[in-house]
Amino acid sequence: MIYRMSAAFLSLAGLFISGYLYLYKIGRIGSLACGTGGCETVQLSSWSRFAGLEVSLIGVLGYACLLAMSLVSLQPGARQRPIQAIAVAAGIGVVFTLYLTYLELFIIHAICRWCVASGVIIVAIFVAALLDQRRQRRTRVS
Amino acid sequence: MAANQAGMKRFYAAFGAAAVIGLGVLAYLTTRPQTVSIPANVTVQPSDTSGFRGYLKGSPDAPVEITEFADYQCPFCQTFATLQMPTIEERLINTGRLRWRYRDFPLQQHSFSRLAAHSAACADEQGKYWEQHNRIYEGQAEWAATRDAGPVFRRYAQAGGLDLGRYDACMKAGKYAGRIQASLDEGVQVGVNSTPTLLVGGKLYRGRFDSDAITKLVDSLAPRRAQ
Repeated sequence: MIYRMSAAFLSLAGLFISGYLYLYKIGRIGSLACGTGGCETVQLSSWSRFAGLEVSLIGVLGYACLLAMSLVSLQPGARQRPIQAIAVAAGIGVVFTLYLTYLELFIIHAICRWCVASGVIIVAIFVAALLDQRRQRRTRVS
Repeated sequence: MAANQAGMKRFYAAFGAAAVIGLGVLAYLTTRPQTVSIPANVTVQPSDTSGFRGYLKGSPDAPVEITEFADYQCPFCQTFATLQMPTIEERLINTGRLRWRYRDFPLQQHSFSRLAAHSAACADEQGKYWEQHNRIYEGQAEWAATRDAGPVFRRYAQAGGLDLGRYDACMKAGKYAGRIQASLDEGVQVGVNSTPTLLVGGKLYRGRFDSDAITKLVDSLAPRRAQ
């Protein structure tokens, strides 16, 4: 259960971070708390949109889905399917994060600390989902 | 089983607390007040724009004019103002080949853009527009990271030798809110949707520019005379 609980907490943290970035993007928050100023550069670049959507909004939707799946996976009698779905969704998130990190490092030449935090969170959720699956498999074998 | 249930109860209590704290922080960030704010979307009065068509730099006889639509809180505008403009001034504006027109285009997502534009407008009232303009751009990393940029702009005004009594009264009254709005409206009307955007002879140029690109553009519009 500990991995599923971790996934739920991490999804909540990711939801707040992406929500914070999205509120900034729509002008509801004055400035970003970001010592280097890189967050602004990244958030205001033309790469802050993907497929017509704000990347931060994609983050909000993605983390909201992960949070919902994590809470479902914690319900008594929940099977493997929710955690498998979390692993797949977080895996897609990790690939997307790698793409965004590439943009930050090599195209925009600025690093957003909040994006790095979100990257760490999505990797951690992915790892938690994999560890949970491995433990379930071991339990079944023994 | 009972231990498991107790564990789940503790989890939900901690999860609920984290959710409430997170929502509280976001709610605070979206509602915190500023000491001075310049209203957006004000109704533009004819007196707001009478005779005003942007801040000018360069000879009135220059063969080429570039209008820049920019936002004080935009990082690309900051890089352009601090790294490229000095060369453009030296090569083109000071030599009489180019006239520069600066127009405010405060983007919605920047809460301090209008305040910055208004601070520069209040400095203009005292004949020190470009000094304040440069200070605001140079200090972007400082004030953009604060919760309230007003006191930082006031410090710049003080450093620039402005009469602070007049400056404070101008800021408090939001005297140039209409002029800033008019500038933004005009930008939207000609098709500006991002910053910085340059308007040259009715054509818009968007994105990142450097002094070499601007020199090339001016050369193409008004070739240098043979010495």
